[in-house]
Amino acid sequence: MQYVMATTVEEAVALLTEGGVDAFPLAGGTDLLAQMRVGRIKPARVIDLKKIPELREIVEAEGEYQIGAAVSGAELGEHVGLRARWPGVVEAMELIGSTQIQGRASLGGNLCNASPAADSVPALIAAGAVCSLVGPEGRREIAVEEIITGPGRTCLARNEIVAHVRLPRPKPGSGDAYLRLIPRSEMDIAVVGAGVALTLDPDGTCTACRVALGAVAPTPLAVPEAAAALVGRRLDEAALAELEAAARAAARPIDDMRGTIVYRVRVAGVLAKRAAIIAAQRAGE
Amino acid sequence: MKRHITATIDGEAREFLCDEDQTLLDALRDVLFKTGTKEGCGTGDCGACSVTVDGRLVCACLVLAAEVEGARVETVEGIAQEGELHPLQRRFLEQAALQCGICTPGFLVAAKSLLEKNPDPSEKEVRFWLAGNLCRCTGYDKIIRSVLDAAADLRGESG
Repeated sequence: MQYVMATTVEEAVALLTEGGVDAFPLAGGTDLLAQMRVGRIKPARVIDLKKIPELREIVEAEGEYQIGAAVSGAELGEHVGLRARWPGVVEAMELIGSTQIQGRASLGGNLCNASPAADSVPALIAAGAVCSLVGPEGRREIAVEEIITGPGRTCLARNEIVAHVRLPRPKPGSGDAYLRLIPRSEMDIAVVGAGVALTLDPDGTCTACRVALGAVAPTPLAVPEAAAALVGRRLDEAALAELEAAARAAARPIDDMRGTIVYRVRVAGVLAKRAAIIAAQRAGE
Repeated sequence: MKRHITATIDGEAREFLCDEDQTLLDALRDVLFKTGTKEGCGTGDCGACSVTVDGRLVCACLVLAAEVEGARVETVEGIAQEGELHPLQRRFLEQAALQCGICTPGFLVAAKSLLEKNPDPSEKEVRFWLAGNLCRCTGYDKIIRSVLDAAADLRGESG
C-alpha cells in the first residue's frame, strides 16, 4: 500500500482518480483503518486529506459556519462559537465513540461512512446543512439529506469527496438539539436518534422547523411532516403530540439486536418530542 | 517501499523506517520496540493502545505510522520522569487498580490526558473520559478512585 498526502482538494481528487478503484481517502481513519485491519478493505493507495486547509478549518462568515470535512469531533467540541450557535450539531458529533475516537473521527467521515445510525447526520439535516463536493467534474453543492442513499452508500460520484459542510446563519430565536437512545450511557450505536432545529418568534410561535431521524430507516430521514406539526403554532401539548405522531409515522425501522420495530417506532416519537422541547429552550436563551 | 519518519517520541527525537500501511501501534512495538503500548482489539474499541499525538488522545491502532511525520507522540513509557513514577502510576500500584495489566498503559495515558485538560474532574467526568478504555479485570472502581486520588495529588491536596 502507498500512503500519499494531498495539500489541496483538487490534488486529492487527482490522486484518487490516478489511484483507481483501490484508492481510498483518509480523514480520521476510524472507519478505514478498522476495516483494513479486519481485511474488509485492501487499499492500494490511501490519500491523507488532513493537510488540506479547507478540510481542516472551521470558518465563520456573517453567522454562517463552514466546517471542513476532516475536522474531528474533539475540534468541533472545542469551538466555542460553533457550540453556542449549533449546540445540537456539536452534541451529535460528540456522541460518536470514545475520547480516543473523538480525537480522530471526522464529520465528513461520519457522513460518508453512510450508516443509517450515524449520529451527526440527523443533526446536520435538521440544521439545513449543505455539503460542498469536489470531484473530477469540479465542485457542486448538495443538501446533506441527499448524500446518503442507503446503508454504506452515498450519491458521491467516483473520486468525488466532501470538502466542507456549511451551516446557514440561524435567524434570531433559533435553537437545535440532538438526542439518541442507547441501552448504556456511552460507546454504543444509536437505537434511534432525533435532531430538531427550530425558530420561535418573540411570542413563542414556531416560524420554522426541521426534524430528522436516525436509525429508523435505511438512511437518516428528514421528516417534514413532523416539522409541519409545529410551524405556525406555539409548542403546546397538542402541537408536540402531532410532532410525535408524525415522527412515529415516518419511522420504518428494522428489527435487530439493538431494538425491535415496535420499540424503535415508539422511541422515534418520544425523542423527536424531547429534542423539540430542548431546541425550543435553547431558542429562548 | 519503506517510509522514513522523523518524530519526537516520548520527548526524544527519533527516526525510523515503517511500511506505508503499518499502524503507529505496530511501528511503536515492532520497529521502535516500545512495547509498553499494548494491542487489545486493534480496531479502536478497547483503548489499550492509547497514546497522544500532538497532545491529542488517540488509539495508536487507528493511526498510520506515516501520519506522525514531524509530530510529538507520547506513550506510557514517557510518563515516569527520571525514574520517578507519576502520581497516576503510584496510585494505580497502591490501590491495585490493575490485575493482568494489559489495559493499564492505555488507562494511564488517557487519564494523564484528562488531568492535563481538567485537573479537578468529577467521578462522572472521569468515567465518561475513560469510557473508551476497557478493563476486564478490575470492575473499574479502583481505576476511577486512583485517577481521582492522583488528581488530588497533582493539585497538592492529598493529606
